[in-house]
Amino acid sequence: MTYSTLLYDKTDGVATITLQRPEKSNAFDETMIAEMLDALRAVERDAQVRAIVVTGAGKHFCAGQDLSVFVERGQSPEGINFAAHLRKTYNVIVSRIRAIEKPFIAAVNGAAAGAGLGLACACDLRHASEQARFRMAFIGIALAPDSGTAFWLPRLVGLGRATEMALTNELIDANQALQYGLVNRVFKPDELLPRTREFAIQLAHAPTKGIGLTKRALNYGLTADLDATLEYEALVQEIAGHTADHLEGVKAFVEKRAPEFKGK
Amino acid sequence: MTFENIIVTIDGAIALIQLNRPKVLNALNGKLMTELGDAVEELDQNDAVRCIIIHGSERAFCAGADIDQMKSATPLVMLQSAWINRNFDRLRKATKPIIAAVSGYCLGGGSELAMACDIVIASESAQFAQPEINIGIIPGAGGTQRLPRAIGKSRALELILTGKFMSAKEAEARGLVSRVVPVEMYLEEAKTLAREIATQPPVAVRFAKAAVNKAYELPLTEGLEFESRIFHILFSTEDQKEGMAAFLEKRKPAWKGK
Repeated sequence: MTYSTLLYDKTDGVATITLQRPEKSNAFDETMIAEMLDALRAVERDAQVRAIVVTGAGKHFCAGQDLSVFVERGQSPEGINFAAHLRKTYNVIVSRIRAIEKPFIAAVNGAAAGAGLGLACACDLRHASEQARFRMAFIGIALAPDSGTAFWLPRLVGLGRATEMALTNELIDANQALQYGLVNRVFKPDELLPRTREFAIQLAHAPTKGIGLTKRALNYGLTADLDATLEYEALVQEIAGHTADHLEGVKAFVEKRAPEFKGK
Repeated sequence: MTFENIIVTIDGAIALIQLNRPKVLNALNGKLMTELGDAVEELDQNDAVRCIIIHGSERAFCAGADIDQMKSATPLVMLQSAWINRNFDRLRKATKPIIAAVSGYCLGGGSELAMACDIVIASESAQFAQPEINIGIIPGAGGTQRLPRAIGKSRALELILTGKFMSAKEAEARGLVSRVVPVEMYLEEAKTLAREIATQPPVAVRFAKAAVNKAYELPLTEGLEFESRIFHILFSTEDQKEGMAAFLEKRKPAWKGK
């Protein structure tokens, strides 16, 4: 697929989506949002894709919303309808990433701010370069959190730290982010992509249906109580227990060999 | 029973009716509705069947009434044919419990069909809407009456006046469906429930359904009187004697349906 603001690569079962507007710190404009939604449709439909890496070209991961469009429109008589904008942009992107039953890894190469942080948070795992930086950014322009950050940040780092990040707009570096639990792993800058790719290839050979069901169960548990989650786990296990990969996993275990998962 | 637009399967004590017009997302036309009415009546008469499930596919329970069949209809044609309402009435008169197992699109007449059933089990992908307003009409198969009874007036009117979609999760929160389960499980869950109902004493099941349905039609005093009358009648059944004896003897009851 060819996009003007994204690079879409598919190899070894891994789709890599690289945000490619480095001159704008990979900020989202209308085209990049449309192309991101299209790329998400592609990874969802393509059965060969069994893991997705999201990263940024150049120095930064993603600076969030491209404000230059907003500056122009904000001065026009009709102004900006922020709610309508969010409903058709980041709200869709974030809920698609959560709903697609394949693992997403954000490879955060540099600054992730605003909706860029939201994008990283929506992914299942976050790998960071030592040069990665994280900032809520919204309050810096007198806005409130969006793109799911109000949901994910307190859950990842705790309400106290999330509030501090949101109110002070402080810049968190990679090691702090690791300590906070905002990222899963930190790599040397030149190792971020190769190591993340290696990891993603492993995931692409993992039982994808089981991963999808795991993602569903974790999503469910995030907003449900214990009883409902226990019931949901029971249903999801009923599905997982009848997959070909489960049978293969058990068979391989008994035969003392490595399982060969087909993702079904 | 042989049908063209539905598939009827009898599986032990439960019967499944699958809406089967996949090319049009199971849209309801006159033939399908007549077949559905015939099937329900026949299954209701079949003593071996204790519970009925109506379902579509994972992608669509039912996308609504076939608009192609209605686009040039006159009021008189709609009145005389009454192909939806006549068959919805036949469904309503069934004495056995009917479970709607809903996945994917459940729109317009499809949503009204689900609501005409006794229990609704939904998959996570189920989406409900009454989009008739968008084509210049209103729900005409019970939607304006059953939806507010299920989810309240304000919410019902919001849906009916905008035609917007309601997710399975929301439908569960509002009480339109009793349970939402993963899409791979929805039919199995409906079958499990149907089989459980099928093991219950048939006369009591029939009376319970009748009494609960009265709750939506009668003032409380009359509803309570109705309940009281049929409650007393159950004391003339063999199953009541058996049920209470089994309870006291700490054994499982053997129902006779008498």
